[in-house]
Amino acid sequence: MTALAALLTRDIRIALRAGGGALIGVLFFLIVVVLTPFAIGPEPALLVRVAPVTLWIGALLANLLSLDSLFATDREDGSLDLILMARSPLELTVAAKAAAQWLTTGLPLVVASPFLGMLLNLEPSESLAVTLTLAVGTPALTFTGVIGAALTVSLRRGGLLLAVLALPLTVPVLIFGVAASSAAITGAETFGASFTILCALTVMSFVAGPLAAAAALRLEME
Amino acid sequence: MALIDLANPSRFLAFAGRVLPWLYGVTAVAFALTCYRLFTISLAPYEQRQTIEIMFIHVPTAWLGMFGWAAMSVAALGTLVWRHPLADVAAKATAPVGAAFTFVCFVTGWLWGRASWAGGGNLPLEYMVLDARLSSVLMLLIQYLVVIALVRTIEDPARAARAAAILTLAGAVILPIIKFSVEWREGQYTLHQTSSVFVSGGPKLDTPILVTLLISTVAFTLLFVTLQVAAMRNEILRRRVRSLRLMYADERPA
Repeated sequence: MTALAALLTRDIRIALRAGGGALIGVLFFLIVVVLTPFAIGPEPALLVRVAPVTLWIGALLANLLSLDSLFATDREDGSLDLILMARSPLELTVAAKAAAQWLTTGLPLVVASPFLGMLLNLEPSESLAVTLTLAVGTPALTFTGVIGAALTVSLRRGGLLLAVLALPLTVPVLIFGVAASSAAITGAETFGASFTILCALTVMSFVAGPLAAAAALRLEME
Repeated sequence: MALIDLANPSRFLAFAGRVLPWLYGVTAVAFALTCYRLFTISLAPYEQRQTIEIMFIHVPTAWLGMFGWAAMSVAALGTLVWRHPLADVAAKATAPVGAAFTFVCFVTGWLWGRASWAGGGNLPLEYMVLDARLSSVLMLLIQYLVVIALVRTIEDPARAARAAAILTLAGAVILPIIKFSVEWREGQYTLHQTSSVFVSGGPKLDTPILVTLLISTVAFTLLFVTLQVAAMRNEILRRRVRSLRLMYADERPA
């Protein structure tokens, strides 16, 4: 097994065992989605209009809260130093860690979102459209959030600063994700355009995120 | 003296000391000229003077707010790629200036939008109308504040500058979003007008107004450059004070 594959499986195992596993993120997502009808009232037409936004922001926040521990736990027990000294390129290592993060946090959110969409009064087909945009967009959220996690790894109380760093970088993904979801729900013809740009953003983040995060890690840990 | 000599901090300090009085003077003259034109030209096609005069503040500060982030991105490249000695000083000095210009752009844009979009029969007079461009400019302002926060959180100036450089380059994605925010969201909630100046058929504004706008842009740009050079000088002096303090702390017996 290559080093990167070993790192990937290690991260997945740790994430699934510790801290409530993958379902804590889903629980948070569920709570955010359930809070919305409490806050804005149960009127069905309004909930359908707000549904794509609520699902996207819920996914964004659930992603953000779990980015905190991506590098911090490794730094505390010294494995981050070993990773930095390893022979694998740091960019690929960061990409492997981000992939593990998405598989254990983002993917459960994507799987849960059709059911949460039904809670918000979406038809099953509309719900699946939002799920599709989330499936394409949540990797982008993880891979750009990794930049914030790397920049704040050596700060003691860096949790809020991490959120503040990572959120502006996720704005393009949010814009196009919600645009694609809304277009799918209202039947407009702009779904294709928004969706392809969303795919492009995700692919770009696969490259830009690990590059910037590796540079930030080298900087923080020297 | 070649341009590369300015990379030396002491030479830059001397240069700044010589150039700043001239910059102050030229900026004042440019603003005086703008005010003169404001009081003398006729703003005939527009009914209310106030709502069109706000354009002469809003448009230059919008351009300069975005230009500030672009300048910081170039400085970030200077820090990360070319290891230019004054690149991180330039980035740290530009951030508050750019943030201030973006704030002025946001506030004037909000007031102007409130005045001209409402009451036209199709919108009630709401307190805040966050359309696509207002919210993306607000996001740019937030990004400025985030970079300033990051630099202040990390103790070591060199590491803080490199971290801020990475964040600046990553955050440069907001600039095309602002530029195209009106064109992408056609048909959705966009109230901001599309470009009037840099249009392929030539500017859509009348010439006297266009000339006043350009003079106002020059005035604000000179203000930006003046503030930035002064801030760079302050930052170099601040670093020297810090080094002196560290040396003094080293030398004193414990």
